[in-house]
This record gives sequence, C-alpha cells and structure tokens, in this order.
Amino acid sequence: MKEIMLGNEAVARGAYEAGVKFVSSYPGTPSTEITETIAGYKEVSCEWAPNEKVGAEAAIGCSIRGGRAMTCMKHVGMNVCADPLFTVSYSGVNGGLVFCVADDPGMHSSQNEQDSRHYARSSKVPMFEPSDSEECRAFTKYAFEFSEKYDTPVIIRLHTRVSHSRSIVDVTDPSQIVIKDYVKDPKKYVMMPANAITKHVVVEKRTAQIIEDCDRDLSTGLHKVEYNDRKLGIITAGASYQYVKDAVPSASVFKLGMVWPLPEKQIREFAANVERLVIVEELDPFLETEIKAMGIECEGKELFTLLGEYSARLVKSVLSEEPLPEASIDTSKLPTPPGRPPVLCAGCPHKGLFLALHRLKVNVTGDIGCYTLGALPPMQAVDAVICMGASVGMAHGFDKATDGEASRNTVGVIGDSTFLHSGITNLMNAVYNQSAMTLVILDNSITGMTGHQQNPSTGKNIRLEAAPAVSLELLCQSVGVLPENIRVVDPVETYECEKIIKEELSKDQVSVVIARRPCALIPTGRAVKGINAEVDYEKCKKCGACARIMCPALILDENKMPVIDTESCNNCGLCVNVCKFGALTKGEQ
Amino acid sequence: MSLEASIVLAGVGGQGTLIAGKLLGILAMNMGLDVKVSEVHGMSQRGGSVITYVKIAPEVHSPIIEEGTADFILSFEQVEAVRWASLLKKGGVMIVNDQKIKSLPVLMGQMEYPGNVIDALKESCDPDAKIVDIDALSLALETGTSKAVNIVMLGALSNYLGVDEALWKQAIEQAFEKKPKTIPGNLQAFEKGRNNG
Repeated sequence: MKEIMLGNEAVARGAYEAGVKFVSSYPGTPSTEITETIAGYKEVSCEWAPNEKVGAEAAIGCSIRGGRAMTCMKHVGMNVCADPLFTVSYSGVNGGLVFCVADDPGMHSSQNEQDSRHYARSSKVPMFEPSDSEECRAFTKYAFEFSEKYDTPVIIRLHTRVSHSRSIVDVTDPSQIVIKDYVKDPKKYVMMPANAITKHVVVEKRTAQIIEDCDRDLSTGLHKVEYNDRKLGIITAGASYQYVKDAVPSASVFKLGMVWPLPEKQIREFAANVERLVIVEELDPFLETEIKAMGIECEGKELFTLLGEYSARLVKSVLSEEPLPEASIDTSKLPTPPGRPPVLCAGCPHKGLFLALHRLKVNVTGDIGCYTLGALPPMQAVDAVICMGASVGMAHGFDKATDGEASRNTVGVIGDSTFLHSGITNLMNAVYNQSAMTLVILDNSITGMTGHQQNPSTGKNIRLEAAPAVSLELLCQSVGVLPENIRVVDPVETYECEKIIKEELSKDQVSVVIARRPCALIPTGRAVKGINAEVDYEKCKKCGACARIMCPALILDENKMPVIDTESCNNCGLCVNVCKFGALTKGEQ
Repeated sequence: MSLEASIVLAGVGGQGTLIAGKLLGILAMNMGLDVKVSEVHGMSQRGGSVITYVKIAPEVHSPIIEEGTADFILSFEQVEAVRWASLLKKGGVMIVNDQKIKSLPVLMGQMEYPGNVIDALKESCDPDAKIVDIDALSLALETGTSKAVNIVMLGALSNYLGVDEALWKQAIEQAFEKKPKTIPGNLQAFEKGRNNG
C-alpha cells in the first residue's frame, strides 16, 4: 500500500516492519518525529530517555537480551552516545541494533554542522544513507537484518532534507516481534582487555567481509549504479544524489546506499568506466578522502563548498554548461521585507526571568533550547552557549577562573529537560569542588524547542500516561546544594526574581533558583480562552515599559498606548508586573 | 492525468502551510504521480517565516524549489511574497493573500512594513508571469474560521492547476479524515478560493 510519509515517519515504519521491540531516544531536531511515530505503534516499547547515552545503552541492553532495538538522535546527540557506540561495535549484537542519526547541514536548528559520517569510520560501524522516504523505510528495515547477519550495530544517517521531506512509501506488513534466546557469553559481551583484544580482530574481519560481500553483489539493494553519458561520472549519496539527478541528468551516477565501508572494487570499476570522476557530498570530503586513499583520481571539494546545504542549482552551476534558471520578478525593484526573528512566545513566562537578568547586568552562561532566545533583544541576557548542560559547567569555570570572584555576577541558565540531560552531573561537580556559582533552572515542565516532549520531571511518559516525576528541588539537595540555597520563584514575578537572584549571588556556596511555570503552549500553561490582560487607558502614562518586554501579544498604538492581541495573550501578567501606573491588569475569570 | 508543478507555500508559523502541503501531496499521490513535500520545522511555532516546497511530476528528485523554478507561489502573507519572489519562474503564477502579519521588529518600530506590496510585485514582474491577489482571510472568515486561509489559497490555485474538482474534494476529505467535522467548512473554503482566485 502506498502512503505519503516524512522521512522520519518512514524510518519508524521500517523499524516497525522489521519487528523492532524497543526504541529509546532523546528528542532533537531534525530527528524527533521518528520516536514520536514509533510511539503510535502500540506493540513497540518506546520511551524518551533523559539523554542520548542513556537511550543508546538501554537499546544495547534490549539487543543483547535478544530484542531488536533502535535509538534515534540529532547529530550532536551522537557525540553524547559515542562512548557506548564505539564499544558495542566490538561486542556486536544479539537482536538487531540500529543507531539513527540526523545531521543538519545548513544548521536550520542546530549549533554546529558536524558530519556524522566520521563516526562510522572511527567506530567501525556500517552506515546506511537513504535519499528519500521509501529508502528510509527500506534501509531501516534492512538494517536490522544486516545487523544480525554481520553481528554489528548499524547507523542510519539522515539529514534535514530527508528527515523533513514527505514522499511516497510502499508500506508492507510488520513482522512478528521476536525475542531471541539469551545465552551468557562473557567473551562476547564483557569488554575487558582480554576479550576486547580478540573482538577487535573480529571487527576488522567483519569490515573486510562486508566490503567483500558488497563488492561481489550489489543486489543488497543499497548501492545503485546508473550508467549514462560516460564523460562525467559522479559518486554521491543521500540528498546530494537528488540534487545531482536534477542538475546533471545526463551523467553516470554511482549512488552509495552504504557510505562506510565502501565497495572498493565496484568504485574502481565505475571510475575506470567514466572519463571524469566527481564526488558530490555535503559537508566534509568523507567519500572523497576514502576514494583518494584507494589511489583513484577524482575531484571533490576543489569544486564544492564545505559549508551548508547543497542544491540542484549549486551542482548545476559547477558541473553543467547549461544556463541557470532566472526569476520572473526583478527583486531589486521590491521593498526590503522586514525579518521575522524567532522570539520567546507570547505569554512565555520565562521572559520575566530574562528581564530580571538583563536588569541585574550579570554574565549569563546559557544552554540549548528555547532559552537560547534569551540572547536576542530585548533581553540580550545570555553570554555563551555551547552544548547541552554546559551552562552549569561554564558558570563553575567562571568561578574557578577568578577564585570565586566571578560567582558574584555570573548566573548559569538551563531548562528542566536540559538540566536532566546533562546539567545534573555538572551541578554535582560544582558542589563537590566548592563553587559559589548560581544556577537558574527555568522549569517549563516540558521539552519545549523540539515541540513538547515529556521528560523525567513532567510526570508523563512518551504516550502521555502517568509516570513518576523527579523533584528538581530534592535532586539538587541530594547532590549537596544546601536546602536554604534552593529557591523556587514564579518567573512572571520579574522583580521578585531579581531580588532572589541577587541574594543567591551574594552567597559563598552553590545556589539553585528554580523559576517554575509551564510553557505557554501546553495545556497546563495555557490560560482560559477569552481571558486576557486589560488596559486602563486613563491610567496609562505612555512610558512604553510594557512594550519593552517584547511580548508578541502586546503592541503600542499610534498614541504609544498598549493594545492587547486577545488571540495570542496568555494572561500571564508579565506586562502587568512591569507597569508602574497600574494601567494593566490581569483578566479575571 | 499527468501534471508537473513546483509549488511554493510561503507564510508565517500557524497559517497552515504544512497542512496545505500535505494535502497537495495526497492529491498528487491519488493521481498516481510522484511527489515530494519539503518542510522546515523548528522555528515555525515562534512566529517565524515558514516555507513548504511541493514538487509534483512523474518522477521527482530534489525536494527543494530554487530561484526561478517555481510554477506557483502561494503566499499566505504580503511580505512573505516579497521574501520568496525570486523563486517564481518565467511564466509562473503568484497568488498573494493580501493579509498583513507584522513581525516584532515592525511592531517595535525598528523596521517599516512596506506599503503597496502587491502593486510593487505587479510592476516588477515579467509580462508573461502573473500576480493574483486574494483576500483569503475574509473568505476564510465567511466559512467561520481564520484557520481555513490555507484551503482558500488551494481553491485559488485549483483554477490554474487543471486538476478535476472531484480529485481536490477527495484530497480535502482525506487530509481532514481525522477531524471529520471540519470537512464541510474546508470544502466551502475551497469553493470560495476557487471562485475568487
């Protein structure tokens, strides 16, 4: 049966058809919908893990015990689970084991542009790369079989254009979920030196065997050679294949479905059959380096950029003599369109906390998620963002750089989900190593930026069933933060936030301020419809303070007086709190 | 029935471009054609500019629509029409909803919302291309909800695509099968767009 699916949905479908037993992931754009789609397949055990390492290790456990398992992540998530990945490569699997990683060339929603293919080579784990939704389904399904056949985990590599494009998929019926027998086998699964030394030999043999099998027979369905005009031969994979097909339809193309290890003999043969060989790949010269190391002459990054997403236009401009298409509108004659920068939402209560930090003029080490937007005007209240959890570590580092002095004017800022992902180990370290740092946990009771996924503090699991909830206060106490240094505030009370943070900054031990209010976009954070902030125009002095909070639900009219957009106002009261003249009041039920 | 069309859906987060893209995907699939619908997620919920590409043909490769290759641009908002104008190909058709959604820099007085956008588009456009303006918001409100702007826009597009009306109606019913109560309203919105686009 044919269905139209996102690449991510098709990966989930492929895993379901393969009889996957268990999927454990941490959300991350552009990979999130894979695990969300799996949650809709009721036969499959499925969960949000607090981070990618935990998700991977749970999947490994399921595999060793005999069930097919998968873990999904965005590219930077692969860094977090690299440790188990490198060693499960040695131990191998029992039930098929798949790591699915989604890269983000062009950084649509990421902090870097890393090329995850390097992980395949360095961990010696085979990597498949689908180029559309049907391949997402078919390659994922095959990955489980391949994993068991060669006793290896398999990585599926996606990227934004494959993950977030819909195309037609030929769905098939799911296989029965099978749990294989578990037999104790410490030589295989206990990776201490004596066993790992022998397993490393097995890994190298396994890679050689995969290359030999692929070289002998392309019919595994992964690789595809399309001979056409032999003047130009292109080796490519993934989304780049689609750009090549549009840009130079006359060229001969070797489309790789597995980007590591490579079928050397087949590549040699293709190279010998074309006059000019060009490698088209986004980001790093990964295939190019491998192919050049085989002693094959080819062109690659001397023609194409290391940066960003490619397009058919780009490939055409380099490899085709044909003119590029021209627009029918002369845009030089058009007005400049004003931008639409992402902003903290109308009614986002945590804006109040950032306004407090802005007034305090402190240094702020920030973190990944909605709160990165605190770096933008008007708050401009974030100084540094590196990766998940780093806000806490960096605030501790500020303290150590100045023998504690910086802790008087430095605050770390992190969300609830990110804190549980990898902030907690940093907090433990800061207490243990006697920092005086202050951390603010912005607890909006959800994983916000990726589209509202549950986490261990929200009291619900991935299927929205009730689940035990971590108490952030008790968790902080348990790593040694003194109870009197743990303060809970309502971020809408922006002046109260300012006062409390000031008090905590003056202390000589680690402090944690929990700013707690649910995200304005989830049911527990949404106001009753039709009840909004109200303006008393008699009292308004046109000072503009309410507009400076930059709430999308409040604009100034031509008389510089506020107008509330009743559609988007969430009645949070932040504008009310910043009005010194009582001209704004919260709507009452 | 064969069809080749590259369609850009440009708008602001919350205007329903994603659903319109999905609906076009269903329409093409029902016609036995290949189709790709490419979306950008992430920032869309936060008032950002959102763009969806739909490519329909017997065989579709790249999901992205680039400069000078869009047969149709459906712009759900005036300024977004300007932002993506360079995608319109020679002889293409741009349908612009004359709704204005001011972004925060405009609301804060840091930037100006340009006036006469539709006239400017018409003046800077090749004679063989076409700019069509439509008050999709008012038409949607006549069906009872501003949410139907996306289906009004598809109704307007249907005048240029040459696909049987019955196939459109079937696709609308399929796209909203999980919310059956909204089907009559959406069919009505489609008609309004078709009669006014």
